[in-house]
Amino acid sequence: MTTKLFGEPVQRREDPRLLAGHGRYLDDLGSGALAVAFVRSPHAHARIRDIDVAPALDVDGLVAIYTWEDLPERVGRPLPLLIPHPALTHGRTAYPLARDVVRHVGEPVVMVVATDRYLAEDVCALIEVDYEPLKAVVGLEEAAHGAALVHDDVPGNVGAHLVQEVLSAAGRGAAEAIEAAPHTLAFRLDIERSASTPLEGRGVYARWDGTDLRVYSSTQTSTSVRMAIAAALGLPLPHVEVIAPDVGGGFGVKIVHPWPEEILVPWAAMLLGRELKWTEDRREHFIAAAHERGQVQHVRVGFDDDGRVLGLDVTILHDHGAYTPYGIIVPIITATQLLGPYRIGAYRVEFSAVYTNTVQVTPYRGAGRPQGVFCMERTMDKIARYLGKDRTQVREVNFIQPDEFPYDQGMIFQDGRPLIYDSGDYPRMLRMVKELIGWDDFRPAPGRGIGIGCYVEGTGVGPYEGGHVQITSDGRVHVSTGLTSQGQGHETVFAQIAADRLGVPIERVSVVTGDTRRFGYAVGTFASRAAVMSGNAIALACAKVREKALRIAGDALEADPADLTISEGLVHVAGSPSASIPLSTVAVLANPLRYAFDEETAKATQFAGTASPDRPPVAEGEEPGLEGRGYYSPIRSTFAAGMHAAIVETDPLTAEIKVVRYVVVHDCGKLINPMIVEGQIHGGVAQGIGGALYERMAYDADGQLQNASFMDFLMPYATEVPRIETGHLETPSPLNPLGIKGAGEAGVIPVSAVIASALEDAEGIEIDRMPISPSELFDLRGG
Amino acid sequence: MTAEHEITLTVNGTARRVTVPGRRLLSDCLRHDVGLTGTHVGCEHGVCGCCTVLLDGQPVRSCLTFAVTVDGREITTVEGLAGPEGLSPVQRAFAECHALQCGFCTPGFLCTVTALLRENPAPTDEEVLEGISGNLCRCTGYQNIAKAVHRAAELLAEEA
Repeated sequence: MTTKLFGEPVQRREDPRLLAGHGRYLDDLGSGALAVAFVRSPHAHARIRDIDVAPALDVDGLVAIYTWEDLPERVGRPLPLLIPHPALTHGRTAYPLARDVVRHVGEPVVMVVATDRYLAEDVCALIEVDYEPLKAVVGLEEAAHGAALVHDDVPGNVGAHLVQEVLSAAGRGAAEAIEAAPHTLAFRLDIERSASTPLEGRGVYARWDGTDLRVYSSTQTSTSVRMAIAAALGLPLPHVEVIAPDVGGGFGVKIVHPWPEEILVPWAAMLLGRELKWTEDRREHFIAAAHERGQVQHVRVGFDDDGRVLGLDVTILHDHGAYTPYGIIVPIITATQLLGPYRIGAYRVEFSAVYTNTVQVTPYRGAGRPQGVFCMERTMDKIARYLGKDRTQVREVNFIQPDEFPYDQGMIFQDGRPLIYDSGDYPRMLRMVKELIGWDDFRPAPGRGIGIGCYVEGTGVGPYEGGHVQITSDGRVHVSTGLTSQGQGHETVFAQIAADRLGVPIERVSVVTGDTRRFGYAVGTFASRAAVMSGNAIALACAKVREKALRIAGDALEADPADLTISEGLVHVAGSPSASIPLSTVAVLANPLRYAFDEETAKATQFAGTASPDRPPVAEGEEPGLEGRGYYSPIRSTFAAGMHAAIVETDPLTAEIKVVRYVVVHDCGKLINPMIVEGQIHGGVAQGIGGALYERMAYDADGQLQNASFMDFLMPYATEVPRIETGHLETPSPLNPLGIKGAGEAGVIPVSAVIASALEDAEGIEIDRMPISPSELFDLRGG
Repeated sequence: MTAEHEITLTVNGTARRVTVPGRRLLSDCLRHDVGLTGTHVGCEHGVCGCCTVLLDGQPVRSCLTFAVTVDGREITTVEGLAGPEGLSPVQRAFAECHALQCGFCTPGFLCTVTALLRENPAPTDEEVLEGISGNLCRCTGYQNIAKAVHRAAELLAEEA
C-alpha cells in the first residue's frame, strides 16, 4: 500500500474553498429566486379567528400569499411522525401552516412569496391575523399537572409514558433492592433547555422544470428529505433530487425533516413555476426550529458501604415542547445511557414526555445523554459524599470490567436493539484521566474544586449507510455517500479511507456527501454515526473496486491477481514494480468501448486488441466500469466512552465561576484522523460549557421566549472556553471492519456533570441543576 | 416605496456601482447585489461576527451597516484576502491548525484576525483571546482558532 493515511492528522480537503470564501451554503445559491418569508404566531397558544391579507396586497413585489386553507389536501396534512414508538400513545405533529390553533410562539401561519426578502417581510408585517389567546402551558410541572391542555385530545399533556426495569442478579426489582440496601439517598435534579444553535440557520431553495424537482436544503439528511417531499407532493421519487450543500453547522437540529418549509417552498415553486428560496433568520431559528435538554429527574438510590449501587430508581419528566415529530428518542436515550460505564444492581427508569406550549424538542448534540450522565454522575458524587469516600473510588467499584465485554445492560436502546456494549476499558480510562488532571495530588481549598464525569455513548446506530466508489479513466477516484456533512471533515476522512484501501494518492480522491443525484440510499448524519457507517461502507465499496481492478490488471499483465498489489495508483506484481499498469488504464479496460474519445480510451475500443474475441466484452455477472457499491449495516450500535475532569475556581464575593483546567480522555475506537477527532471534542466541550454555565431558554409564563437573540442567549465566546487537554484510548470495536466507534457528540456529554462536581467540591454546596450562573451560585451560598 | 440610491463601493480593489434602497444592509448588498457570498450572515444583530468585513482596513459588522453609508469607501471581504500566490498567511494558518469546521463563521474570523495582526503583529495569548472574542464559533471551541492566530503571526513574520 501507499503511505498509510488511516490514523494520520491529514489536513482537511474542504478547507481551501471554505477559507477563500468559496463555500456554497444554502443562501449562497439561487441568486435569482423569489424570496419566502413567514408570518409566525406571536402567541404560545391561541385560536386563529381570522386572517386578513387585504392590507398587504398593494405591496410592490408581492407574488403570493398562502394560508393553510390554500394548501391541497395532501400538502396540508400534519407532518409525519418520523419515529413511531408503542409508548408514544399520543404523538402529535404540526400542520405545515397552522390550522385553527397555534401551539407555540413562532409556529408558521402564513407563507409569503415576493421578489425580495425585504418586501416579503413588509408583506408579513401588513397581514392581520386575529387570534383568540388560550391558556399557555409552560414548564414541566405545570404541564404534568394537566389543568390546561396543549392538545385538546391529549389528556394530562402526556404524549408518552415508558417504564424499563432491569432486575438484579438475584432477581430483585429496583424498589426492593433499594429498600434492602444499607444506605439510601433520594433527590431531585433540574435540567434547563438549550439548543443546537448552528451559526447557519435552516434554509430551503427549490426549482421545478415541469418534470423534475430539485431542492437544496440545509439538512442533516438529504435522502430522507427527498422521500418526505416526494410523499407530500405526490411526486415519483426518481423525479425529486435533494442536495445538502455546504451546511453551516447542524448539531442535531437539522436532522428533523421535513420541516414545514421543506414541504411548502417546493410546493409553491411548482405551483408558481419559479425558483423559490427561504433562508431562516436568527429569531426564527430560536422560536421555530427545535430545542432540547429540559428535564426534571427524581432519583432514589440504594448502595452498600463501598458505594456499590444495589438499586437505582429514576423518574423523568421530559419536556417535549408542542410536538413530537422525532418521537421519544431523546428520553429513551436519557433512560438507557444514564447507566454509563457502570453495572447497576437493579434499575428502574420511568419517563413521561409531556407537551408544553414551547418550541418542539428534538435531538441536540448529545441527544438526551447529557441529562442521563448528569443524573448518574450526581448520584455517584452524592454516594461518595455520604460515605466520605473519594469520588473516583465510588465510580471504580461500580465499573464494568474489561473482561466483561460484550456487556448486556438488559435494556432496549434507541435503535430498538439490545443495549450491549461492544468494548471498552473503563478502569484504565479512569487512571488516565486522573493522571492527566493530577487528581491524587489536588488539594482542595475554599473556592477551588476538582470534578469528574464519566459516560458511555452509543454511536454508529443503523440501519445502514452505503458508499459508491468509481475510478475514472483519468485515474481519479470519486467517492460518494448519501449521508451529509456539517463541518465534520467527511471529505477528508472518507478520502483517507479510500486512498488507503485503493493504494492511490489522496490528492486523486474526491468525496461527495448528501447529494441524492450521486447516492440515493442513506439515513443521515446524527448519533456520531457517519465515520462508523459510511466509513465502513466506503471501505467495503473500495474492496470491490480493488478486487475488480486486480482481476482486470491480472488479465492485462498476465499475472495472478493474488500476486498483485496497488500503490501510487499503479497495479503491479508485489515486489516487482516494473510490470505495472496504471489504474487509469484499468478503468479504461473495465469499460469496453466502440468509440474512442482520446488516446487513453482508444485502448478499450473493439480493434485495439485488448479484449479476447472468444469472450463477451462484458462477462456474465459483470458490469462495465471500474466502480463498486458497498453497504454497511451493523447488528447494533457501537459504544464509545469518555471521562472528563476539571478544576474550577469561584470568586468569594461575586460567585463568578472560572474553569481553570479541563481534561478529556476519550475512546472512540480506532482514530481515522486524530486532528479531526480532537476538533470534534473541543467543539463538544465548548457546547457543554455553554450548557453547564450559560445557556438557557428563558420562557416567561405566557410562553414568550425572552432571550431569542444572540444578545440574550449566552453562547460561549473564546473568552469562556477553557483550554482543553486530551488523551486518547483506543479499544477497537469488534463490530465493524475498521474498528471505529464515532466521536461527534462525545465532547458535550459529561460537561455539566463535571462542572457541577467541581463546583460542589469548591463550594461545599450540592449542585443539582444545570446550568448554574454566578447569581444562582450566589443564592445557593445563602446570599 | 423606498427610494433607490446609486452608490460606488471599492470591493477587493474593484469599483462596483450598485443601486440599492436606503435600508439595504451592506451584508445583503455584498452578497446579493455584488455577488460575493463569502461574507456570511449569522444573526443580523451584530453579535456573532460572521459578517465581519474590512472597511478601509477596519473590521466592521456588515449586517449593522447600511450600504448607502459606505458610498465611496474601500471594502475587503474574505474573497479579497488571498493574494496572487494563493491563500494569505492567516488563511493558511487556519487550515494548518484545523481552526475551522463548518466554515460558516470563518470569513468573519479571517477578516478580524487579518486586521488584528496588522495592528499587533505579535499578540500575547491574552491579546489573541481579546481580539477574537467578538466572534462566535459553534464548532471549534476556539482553541485551534487561537492557535491559528499565533501561527499566522509566525507566518507573517517569516514572510515579511
